[in-house]
Amino acid sequence: MTILFWVSLVLIVVSMALFVYRLIKGPTAPDRVIALDAMGVTLISVIALLSVLVGTNLYLEIILLLAILSFIGTVAFSKFIEKGEVFDRGDSD
Amino acid sequence: MKNSDVIIQTTTKVVFFIIFLFAIHIFFAGHYTPGGGFVGGLLTASALVLLLLAFDIRTVKKALPFNYTVIIGIGLILALGTASASILFDVPFFTHAYDYFKLPLFGETSLHSAMLFDLGVYLVVVGATMNIILSIGSDD
Repeated sequence: MTILFWVSLVLIVVSMALFVYRLIKGPTAPDRVIALDAMGVTLISVIALLSVLVGTNLYLEIILLLAILSFIGTVAFSKFIEKGEVFDRGDSD
Repeated sequence: MKNSDVIIQTTTKVVFFIIFLFAIHIFFAGHYTPGGGFVGGLLTASALVLLLLAFDIRTVKKALPFNYTVIIGIGLILALGTASASILFDVPFFTHAYDYFKLPLFGETSLHSAMLFDLGVYLVVVGATMNIILSIGSDD
């Protein structure tokens, strides 16, 4: 059973390397943002598989924390690409 | 312009409370599992940042009228007060105390005075992070 987790870990790391290729190569900024978001998801998978391999359940909070931070980072990047500023002042309307 | 953010605003209305509850959980779980005041404070600040991203600064200031500089002061007073309250009981500075209490809903619970110090750390982290982000984000 352990070999299954190692194989999936290697596959996920390979996919993360391919996301790094997209992050470097990506012609536009949204490509890079989506590559970073997907790298966050693969990093969550890596932590989940490592917590199975190490045999602890204390990493599960890190998974939720990383999901939240990845979501907020992606939203901030998207808003910066869309509107040119991260925080609206709220004076205009 | 106002209606173009409807998906992120609706998502934020749900996700904000999940992040805030997780921050409270990670703050209270800090005694026995990983977590504590620092991570809980940063997570609360990131929930507030998500509110700032979905809405604008004036709306968030109207919804949560906190002065974050005062929150830093309250946190520091709480931490220093917890640390120096042990002097009144004729024990060295920073000596903590704990005891078991019968609470109505939780049963027998151990309450530790280090939690009050951790609450001070939490408030200082939330106040400092929001001060930095708001003072950079609003350029006036």
